[in-house]
Amino acid sequence: MPNIVVLVKRVPDTNARILVNGDRVDLSAVKWVISPYDEFAIETALQHKEAAGGSVTALTLGSSESDKILKDAKAIGVDEISRVWNDSWSEMDSNAIQSALVQAITELGAEFVYCGKTAADTGAGSTGPGIAERLGWASVSNITNASFDGGLTVTSPVENGSAIISVSGNAVISCDKGNVKVRKPNVKGIMMAKRAQVNVVSADAPASSVSIVAHSPPPAKPAGKKYEGGSAAEEVAKLLRDEANVI
Amino acid sequence: MSESIIIAETSRGAVAPVTAELVSAAIALGTSPTVIVPCSDTATAEGAGYEGVARTIAVKGACFENYDAASWAAAIDAAAPSGIIVVAATPQSKDIAARIAARRNLAIVQDVVAIDGKNLTSPIYSGKAMQTVAISGDAAVSIRANVFSAAASSAANVSVVDQTGDVATAVQEIIARASTRLDVAEANIIISGGRGMGDPSNFTHLEKIADVLGAAVGASRAAVDTWDEIPHSMQVGQTGKTVNPNLYIAVGISGAIQHLAGMRSSKYIVAVNKDADAPIFSHADYGIVATWEETLPVLESALSAMMS
Repeated sequence: MPNIVVLVKRVPDTNARILVNGDRVDLSAVKWVISPYDEFAIETALQHKEAAGGSVTALTLGSSESDKILKDAKAIGVDEISRVWNDSWSEMDSNAIQSALVQAITELGAEFVYCGKTAADTGAGSTGPGIAERLGWASVSNITNASFDGGLTVTSPVENGSAIISVSGNAVISCDKGNVKVRKPNVKGIMMAKRAQVNVVSADAPASSVSIVAHSPPPAKPAGKKYEGGSAAEEVAKLLRDEANVI
Repeated sequence: MSESIIIAETSRGAVAPVTAELVSAAIALGTSPTVIVPCSDTATAEGAGYEGVARTIAVKGACFENYDAASWAAAIDAAAPSGIIVVAATPQSKDIAARIAARRNLAIVQDVVAIDGKNLTSPIYSGKAMQTVAISGDAAVSIRANVFSAAASSAANVSVVDQTGDVATAVQEIIARASTRLDVAEANIIISGGRGMGDPSNFTHLEKIADVLGAAVGASRAAVDTWDEIPHSMQVGQTGKTVNPNLYIAVGISGAIQHLAGMRSSKYIVAVNKDADAPIFSHADYGIVATWEETLPVLESALSAMMS
């Protein structure tokens, strides 16, 4: 019966305004949530367990600030919650993050790892394929569907449509929204989450070779031209050709 | 001068134009680039010659016939010298670059939109802020399309490396997209509709204009959530696709922060909305305050006349 790990990350709510103060983002007033794509990963991991048995552990990398989102994952239905952290860590690059996560995944004895296709903060999408490579596992990214009859079969976008892919052996699967409807926590889940203990895993991480220089607001756009009435579309079409040169 | 390895973007058996932009990005990094072309037929690499690029390596392998991240990364990694790895910020190339970076214990910086020496800038929080990082030593870097100018073509000096990787996943079936329409992630021009379109059947008016322009049709999250006929694959925004086209036409879209996050970096934005105070207008280069019913027929006939 598979030992399943689902990676979750604490990020600002996607409705939050992101302010930049000085040369760093100011996140003091944002609401923190599980990154939205990670919710699809939790749902897919729970469906895997329901089909094949085993257990699902939600894992995050972060300080005790991340306990809240782990408990949120517990309330949705994962069996165990774990966090890998070392108080000496700050502003880790992808190499350091993946290295630490892989140590935790190995210690947990995982056979399948699910994660969101990207996290809502960096949007990078590097963690899933990166940890798969370090574990020597297969990976399929951005899946829109998964089924578990006679092994793991996933649907993933390709150039002209989508591919149905069978995955043999251990794998890291990153999840897009697809057709998955995520379940909501029920009262029993919320009660159990309150009592749940976070298992803290320690790990070493290599020094980061990427450092943050500055955050800045997105470049402001100069004010555009604004017209009243649909007939202006003719003028706009001309400008797209003659001024913007995009058609 | 330090080295860089550009992994060419390929599409339908040919090197994609964005590869020429990667050459400019690699040169901006102060590196001397080598271009690697993953292919099952070395003819693919013939077009991959650029000014400033001394050599092109065609990495030929049966594993490149279908996409398997593990085998592609292993085959490319074995053929690529050391250096800064540069790829296009497409879903597949970001995936491969993340694996190759992990193989080499390198850090990766995704979705770069500006380079200043070794300082790289990428959007974070879906474009609500920008982050500039400094890299030291080798790293992997993915570059957004339509940001850097394309390097000029020149004759390619191609060497061939036969390579294979163990395939870990098996493609059972490819389901062709129901429509032949371009995907928003691949398009240079996108026309998107929101809930202001009133009814999903009205998206045919957007499709007509898309046909004239060779554009993809997108949708806001509100439209995707409201109407089953509008699939999530069309959704542009924070929980959909982040796009960076030359032209983005938003019709009946108010401009919720999540939608703006997915399209604000488009080179030119046209907004059509009957509400003059809709937030989308503050991001539009050309705004039209009107209903789609009165605007789209005029736009379609004007564009048709121009394109014919």
